[in-house]
Amino acid sequence: MIAEAHTVPFDSITLDSGVELAPVQVAWESYGSLDATASNAILILHAFSGDAHAAGVSPETGLPGWWDNMIGPGKAFDTNKYFVICSNVLGGCRGTTGPSSINPATGCPWAMSFPVITIGDMVRLQKKLMDHLGIARLLAVTGGSMGGMQALEWAVAWPDSVVAAIPIATTARHSAQQIAFDEVGRQAIMADPDWCGGNYYGKTPPARGLAVARMIGHITYMSDDSMREKFARRLRGKDQFGFDFEVDFEVESYLRYRGRQFVDRFDANSYLYITKAMDYFDLTASRSSLSAALEGVKVRFLVLSFTSDWLYPSYQAQEIVRALRGHNADVAYCELPSNYGHDAFLVDVAEQADLVRGFLDSTWKGRS
Amino acid sequence: MAAPPPPRTEPFVLDVLGRSDYAIIGELIPPDSRVLDLGCGEGDLLAWLAANKGVQARGVEISGPKARKAIASGVSVFQGDLLDALAGYSDGAFNYVILSQTLQETREPLLVLREMLRCGSQGIVAFPNFGHWRVRLAHLFTGRAPRTKLFPYEWYDSPNIHFLTVTDFQMLAAQEGWTIERQIFIAGRRRVPLLPNLLAETAVFLIKRSEGCKG
Repeated sequence: MIAEAHTVPFDSITLDSGVELAPVQVAWESYGSLDATASNAILILHAFSGDAHAAGVSPETGLPGWWDNMIGPGKAFDTNKYFVICSNVLGGCRGTTGPSSINPATGCPWAMSFPVITIGDMVRLQKKLMDHLGIARLLAVTGGSMGGMQALEWAVAWPDSVVAAIPIATTARHSAQQIAFDEVGRQAIMADPDWCGGNYYGKTPPARGLAVARMIGHITYMSDDSMREKFARRLRGKDQFGFDFEVDFEVESYLRYRGRQFVDRFDANSYLYITKAMDYFDLTASRSSLSAALEGVKVRFLVLSFTSDWLYPSYQAQEIVRALRGHNADVAYCELPSNYGHDAFLVDVAEQADLVRGFLDSTWKGRS
Repeated sequence: MAAPPPPRTEPFVLDVLGRSDYAIIGELIPPDSRVLDLGCGEGDLLAWLAANKGVQARGVEISGPKARKAIASGVSVFQGDLLDALAGYSDGAFNYVILSQTLQETREPLLVLREMLRCGSQGIVAFPNFGHWRVRLAHLFTGRAPRTKLFPYEWYDSPNIHFLTVTDFQMLAAQEGWTIERQIFIAGRRRVPLLPNLLAETAVFLIKRSEGCKG
């Protein structure tokens, strides 16, 4: 399956902060085909560092999409049946407008003059894309982690435009621990002298700061079990300690590699803006409670969490389910067993795929 | 040529689901009801009720593997504890709350029953009758914790932690002020017309709270 990348420009978007951002463009991909009544569309929402390339093989890079194990012919998001769409989020650096985009007023990158964005803003831009594609009602919105936040936001902000939502390994609001890890990542970037107040475009990017931020991120995506299994205390390319501060352990080598690799594909300012959007996310804000936020929402839900995910622990998913249950909403919930920590929704997908397939199937049959 | 749709009758439910109590529950629940099944297992009954009676089906199941099977078959099931799940539902959220072959496995059966009659207008409770003559004889003659077809477990690996008889349940209903709307007793596939406390293997009660009764 070859993935074709598209870009759509829009005149402007009004942000939650009140700022009018203009112009704005969205990068998106799709797989499968839209049926005659535009009723088989599923919107995939990517996590923090993801992009629009969710499935298939990119003709440019030759790489598979980040959820290629879930999306494709005969897979959980079956492209023989469904029209699957994924777009890069607002504030991103993979084709959608973000801090590295050019501000037409100055002819320079926005950098830190880019307005602060929210999960609600990301969803508002996705809604514009759906309107542009002629999709009035999505069969499902789904994603893990920050993608799950967008799925929840979709269900609350546009309940009549969504039949079903599948938020995975996510929360209705970031906890102090989640904000704390994001803040450490941001501080690592901003402490790098190459960051230059965000004005590093065309110069040396804050690669060390961004790499450290990513290393911290990766630790939070794994679990004690998965790290023990993957690295234990194994040494990297040596039989004894080096008695210096070069790489000794496999885990050090892995984190450094991940950090370096990330710098090549991600913009440091996008890191700041997108983590801020996650930290601001709170479905209960401006409403009295989570229950009030979800009142009257007629969307069908499948909520999933993973046993070893300590970054987005199951209690956060259960909080969402409890609020939905209070309204007698149609909600299925399961805590999937996995040792892979938060990464499970990306890498340990066999059971997740079975549940999603069955849930979509019954949603498809019961749609009105 | 497509086969004609199967008739929606009691024997049909029994053949599909293989459980007499399910057959009776399938018969008791009218079309288009809102139904919650506590301890729904893999969701067979709910799936059948949704497909054949158009009910709005919800389930609760503590076992992860069973809950996952139920969800994979398209049934909206919450994996978790019964009381925890029940506490989240508003008063009268359901027309029927089902507790089928689960009561004897719950840690706090009375609390579960009270909660089910708070969330549901009516409750359907099915349980194996510990007063059946085979259980009594097994206990009398072996002098051990009875093991029978109905109660096949050793005392140390039984999921059943509360044992009750038909009479026990009727007495509890009287004490709690519940109205027994229907009571159906079965042995194998047959109905038991007489001496249910002695002859019934499984009892199915349709109960509701009496008007103005406590909690």
